[in-house]
Amino acid sequence: MHIPDGFLDLKTCIGTYLGTAGALKFSLDKLKNNFAEEKIPLLGLLGAFIFAAQMINLPIAAGTSGHLLGGVLAMLVVGPWAATIVITAILVIQAIFFMDGGITVLGANIFNMAVVQVFAGYGLYIALQRITKSAKVSVFLAAFLATVISAAVAALELAISGTIALDLVLPTMIGWHLLVGLIEGTITVLIVSYLERVIPNRLELLNYRVGDCGAH
Amino acid sequence: MIVVLTNKVFLWIVGVILLLAFFNSVLASSHSDGLERVAEDLGFIDYAKDSFSIFSDYQLPIGDGLVATGLAGLLGVGLTYMTLTLLAKGIINKKVVKQDEN
Repeated sequence: MHIPDGFLDLKTCIGTYLGTAGALKFSLDKLKNNFAEEKIPLLGLLGAFIFAAQMINLPIAAGTSGHLLGGVLAMLVVGPWAATIVITAILVIQAIFFMDGGITVLGANIFNMAVVQVFAGYGLYIALQRITKSAKVSVFLAAFLATVISAAVAALELAISGTIALDLVLPTMIGWHLLVGLIEGTITVLIVSYLERVIPNRLELLNYRVGDCGAH
Repeated sequence: MIVVLTNKVFLWIVGVILLLAFFNSVLASSHSDGLERVAEDLGFIDYAKDSFSIFSDYQLPIGDGLVATGLAGLLGVGLTYMTLTLLAKGIINKKVVKQDEN
């Protein structure tokens, strides 16, 4: 899912850098005033885990693989603002140190994975909580759908850049990322269920849910 | 400062992170990921250019094979942990958080 240099044109690179800068400014301000100091080590540990997990490509089908993006997982553990910062830090380190994702397209990669995936997941999770009774179903579907949406946005950027026609790239990106999304959903449910058992009162959005469910 | 995680849980999580990071080359499939596969199928993979980066693709210029990729993984998780911890310590507004808790 990391776009390499050369796939996007100048206007798309600049546009996504600007959009990303705005989103980061907003997230940093929110983090500054709303994040509890005692949860700082959790932020670092979550980032370290997602960095490690992203290196593990799982085979999906016919010579293709997928790895965890981790935006929805981070969003559930530390909330959407902090999650954006966590995924951004990972993507910057991957690009600068390890040539995973290009530098000119870094704005686009942050936009797709740290902004779109996190906030699509956030909106979906809140909405799904009202529709489904099962927390696991909400978590799975939010992670699954947010991954597909993130891939669709990447397809749009490729089409806007003139790299490939939208009617070709959109269905193909969505098709493969339906499978990648299944991995994302499964891993997110497994890890969130584990964390819910060992550190239940430290989870940002699951707290919100526990409060909600406590009413009945 | 309140302890965020109990010691046992903390050690488990750190252990899993370090194992994943060090054995990434053994655990990971070398098949193209979703986007690469799309670029191959639709014929625009050749547009990809190598960009500037301090190390190559998750490989340090130390040792060979498992050691080079293992150390790259450990460096990556270490850098991520430190970056996020220092950034958060630098920006988080302690006074506001305390007021909010009242």
